[in-house]
Amino acid sequence: MEMVLAIGIGIFAGSGVWLLLRPRTYQVIVGLALLSYAVNLFIFSMGRLRVDSPPILKPGSVGDAALIADPIPQALVLTAIVIGFAMTALFLVVLLAARGRTGTDHVDGRES
Amino acid sequence: MSDGFLLLVVLTLPFAGSLLAVFLPTNARNTAGILAGGISVTCCAILAWLYFAAPAGVPVWLRLDWLPMLGLDFTLRLDGLAWLFAVLIYGIGTLVVLYARYYMSSEDPVPRFFSFLLAFTGSMAGVVLSGNLIQLVFFWELTSLFSFLLIGYWHHNNTARDGARMALTVTATGGLCLFVGALLIGRIVGSYDLDEILNSGDLIRESSLYAPALVLILLGTFTKSAQFPFHFWLPHAMAAPTPVSAYLHSATMVKAGIFLMIRLWPVMAGTDLWFYLIVPTGLLTLLVGAYSAIFQQDLKGLLAYSTISHLGLITLMIGLGSPLALIAAIFHTMNHAIFKASLFMAAGIIDHETGTRDIRKLSGLYRALPYTGTLAMVAAASMAGVPLLNGFLSKEMFFAEAVADHTGSLLDDSLPYWATLAGVFSVTYSLRFILNVFFGPPAKDLPREPHEPAHWMRFPIELLVLICLLIGIVPNLTVGSPLRNAARSVVGPELPPFSLSIWHGFNLPLLMSVIALCGGIILYMLLRRYLASGVEGPPLVRELKGQRIFEKVLATISWQWARALEHALGTRRLQPQMRLVVALAVVAGLSPFYVRGMVGTGDLAGTPLPPGFALLWAIGIACGIGAAYQAKYHRLAALVLLGGAGLVSCITFVWLSAPDLAVTQLLVEIVTTVLLLLGLRWLPQRIEDVYPTRPPPSVLFRRYADLAIAVAVGASLSFLAYAMMTRPLPTSVSRFFVERAYTEGGGTNIVNVILVDFRGFDTMGEIVVLCLVALTVFALLRRFRPAEESIETPAQQRYQDAFDDAEPDRAPGETIRDYLLIPRLIMLWLFPVIGTFAVYLFMRGHDLPGGGFAAGITLSIGFVVQYMASGTRWVEDHLRVLPLRWMGLGLLTSAFTGMGSWWFGYPFLTSHFQYVELPVIGKVPAASALLFDLGVFALVVGATVLILIALAHQSLRSTRSARAMEGE
Repeated sequence: MEMVLAIGIGIFAGSGVWLLLRPRTYQVIVGLALLSYAVNLFIFSMGRLRVDSPPILKPGSVGDAALIADPIPQALVLTAIVIGFAMTALFLVVLLAARGRTGTDHVDGRES
Repeated sequence: MSDGFLLLVVLTLPFAGSLLAVFLPTNARNTAGILAGGISVTCCAILAWLYFAAPAGVPVWLRLDWLPMLGLDFTLRLDGLAWLFAVLIYGIGTLVVLYARYYMSSEDPVPRFFSFLLAFTGSMAGVVLSGNLIQLVFFWELTSLFSFLLIGYWHHNNTARDGARMALTVTATGGLCLFVGALLIGRIVGSYDLDEILNSGDLIRESSLYAPALVLILLGTFTKSAQFPFHFWLPHAMAAPTPVSAYLHSATMVKAGIFLMIRLWPVMAGTDLWFYLIVPTGLLTLLVGAYSAIFQQDLKGLLAYSTISHLGLITLMIGLGSPLALIAAIFHTMNHAIFKASLFMAAGIIDHETGTRDIRKLSGLYRALPYTGTLAMVAAASMAGVPLLNGFLSKEMFFAEAVADHTGSLLDDSLPYWATLAGVFSVTYSLRFILNVFFGPPAKDLPREPHEPAHWMRFPIELLVLICLLIGIVPNLTVGSPLRNAARSVVGPELPPFSLSIWHGFNLPLLMSVIALCGGIILYMLLRRYLASGVEGPPLVRELKGQRIFEKVLATISWQWARALEHALGTRRLQPQMRLVVALAVVAGLSPFYVRGMVGTGDLAGTPLPPGFALLWAIGIACGIGAAYQAKYHRLAALVLLGGAGLVSCITFVWLSAPDLAVTQLLVEIVTTVLLLLGLRWLPQRIEDVYPTRPPPSVLFRRYADLAIAVAVGASLSFLAYAMMTRPLPTSVSRFFVERAYTEGGGTNIVNVILVDFRGFDTMGEIVVLCLVALTVFALLRRFRPAEESIETPAQQRYQDAFDDAEPDRAPGETIRDYLLIPRLIMLWLFPVIGTFAVYLFMRGHDLPGGGFAAGITLSIGFVVQYMASGTRWVEDHLRVLPLRWMGLGLLTSAFTGMGSWWFGYPFLTSHFQYVELPVIGKVPAASALLFDLGVFALVVGATVLILIALAHQSLRSTRSARAMEGE
């Protein structure tokens, strides 16, 4: 499982970076989204992979950290997803505004 | 009230007054003047009280904690020296306020002037009262800043702006050097406390850091006190209103440098380095200043150069290193402040009454201004060092010190001659000031007819001149004990014998004084014709203008070099920048391997791979690569593939025990996709095959390079992830959260408890970010102008309308209205269902996957579905969503919940929980974190809906502008 996930993360990150370096704003926004998937999964995987042990306690019990998935990377990634959403929305509107104003969807605001 | 507290009052009153004055109406000239004057008088009174009340020889001090963990205290310390300077600052400050009240025109925003003046006074007092070196530097910088504002007060005036900028650049650069010097001193001594520093003289002088520390500190004091070659800012600061010049260049600002040199004299003076750094600088400044002053045509310019020369004189005496010279330096500082302030004020009156400061135009003013003229004459005589006046006494002391032997070097031996020469110069320019302005034939063509000014405007000069006379005639009675106190706090309790009296018998200094007086008169006679010719600037060094060099250096550094550097290294194009950032990230990520040596994968046994997971990721990988491949020409396809990749990571979260992440990812995925779909129509069409043939090699090369970078990033991230995942998890802070989530946070969903309770403050910041993004989006779209080619109605709607037009039995628009009727109805009915689901997600959040964020996104999806079903116009007509209110209420709820814990004496966002039995629903957790989560929920609904409807609303704008275009 680890190997498959690691490869997946690499592919997402590679595709994201490739798009990030392209000249069209839409490519960049898709690239950012792919890159954030990769990074989210990467951070998540730092808590190691566990099946069927979500970090949810039985009511009235004290948790045992050895038995459940690490909650900290999950909390971090949850925040990252939200911020990623905000970033995508902002970037989308910026690119639309730039497109309306400059007449082009090139990242530099002009065709080179 | 303790004496220490009084010190704090002395320091803070001016700042408080400054703040008050800002809020006065612009025409409140009298109120502002009374405020400033009252504060200055109060501070003078407190200082007088402290002089008599405080025990002699022991500094009054006050210590407050500032940054105790860094060993920094906020310390105020008043000894004899600080007292003397503080009295000068506040005493002359009071007179300047009175003078400025009459000088400033009612058209100027006078309260602002007094506000700056008070703040400057406070900063200056901070410098002399600081008992901590860092604190002293802080106030030092404040004086630079406020003097900038004061000099540039008439900011509509070009020369004022330039002068202010130059003063700030020079003194602030010096201030930076001083700061480093102060840090070095702190390093040598191990403390920034002034008392400790003053007790560590030997330690400092013997340290290897002594030389750099001394040089840096002197750079600070020389720039501040306008020593050659940094003196050029001072004459340009004359563009300030005259009260400012009278204040800055007599008792304050330039005296800050002098003060600091005297302050550090006990611990830094006495070395050869001290002598050879300071004495030549002071001597050169003394001569250059005095020489240049003779040839100035501007009244204030003459006084400015004379100030420079007197500062040089004081610096020289400090540099000599003998206690007697130091006493003379303190004495002359005081005397210079008194006569120079009065001379500046007199120059201001002349300017005010005649409308010009040009010596070539002024003549015979004694007839019109007899009082002012007499006062100016006495003050100028003091400046020239005429007996019976205070200037004479300190100049005699200077001559005596010049004659005395200090190091036996050539420089030391030649000092008497240089000193006499400077004396000659000062007599000459003083004569010129008086004779050219007040005597001679009556001036013609003056811009204004001169009259004696209001009595209160002249009063400060009268008082200062009276003091000049009193000190000059009965020095011991008037200033004997304050001067001795000040000297004792620097030199030590045992002062060398010195006598403050007019007559010391026939001796060498007296002879030098006589030579200077006669020589000055002769020199003036000789130069009279040359000076009358009206040439600007001194002969020989006229071309050497500090200002020009300064401007040139500034232009070279901040314009030419900066532009060359930008040209060489910068680019306005995004792609090279991104390439650089990514490449740098790869290098930074791999560098630890280079430093620590190559590390392989770990040896932890992997989790067995179910075939489903492999299949899932086969799809994921295909989606990722596909999205990258299609994003240029097939945007919709790329969007679908991106969604696929998102779903794959969502399912991965489910599979790997992260239900909360999966829920959030899924919901965010939906909203993001809708957002991008809404945005798609505003992008330009892109037709495949821009290059009909093969793309040019440069393009191909760029693509391969990018591909290589992308592969490098992907491969290294894969490797890093795998290497980490195959190593055991070290014990981390997770344990803490896992063990306390239920017992202290009252929830079983650990992730949610972390977010709303343990790390609630992070979440608070996060929702603020979301809020700001939504507002930015809203603001950006309000001004949105779509590109012309995207304004057209979409193709599908055009076909449908054309069909309606073609069919005789259909009214136009019917097809669009009926489009997807049944799904639309279902979507309409879905709204309450989605709403209920959102509430459900919210309520279970603390214990099970869900929470305020997921619930908020869910509800906003409910709104979006309505937009998709019925169209923007219908929803806007039927449904009033007020996203801004949702956001505001959400933010306030969260913040107030956090602040609620203050009420019970706990820190921000401490949570409390218990279970509550509700009818029908049963036992629900009721932690205060739930209320916080409610805020998160409301804010997320508001922000998301705001973003979505702002984007959706644009489709109405396009039809409107299309209609407007048709109408034209």
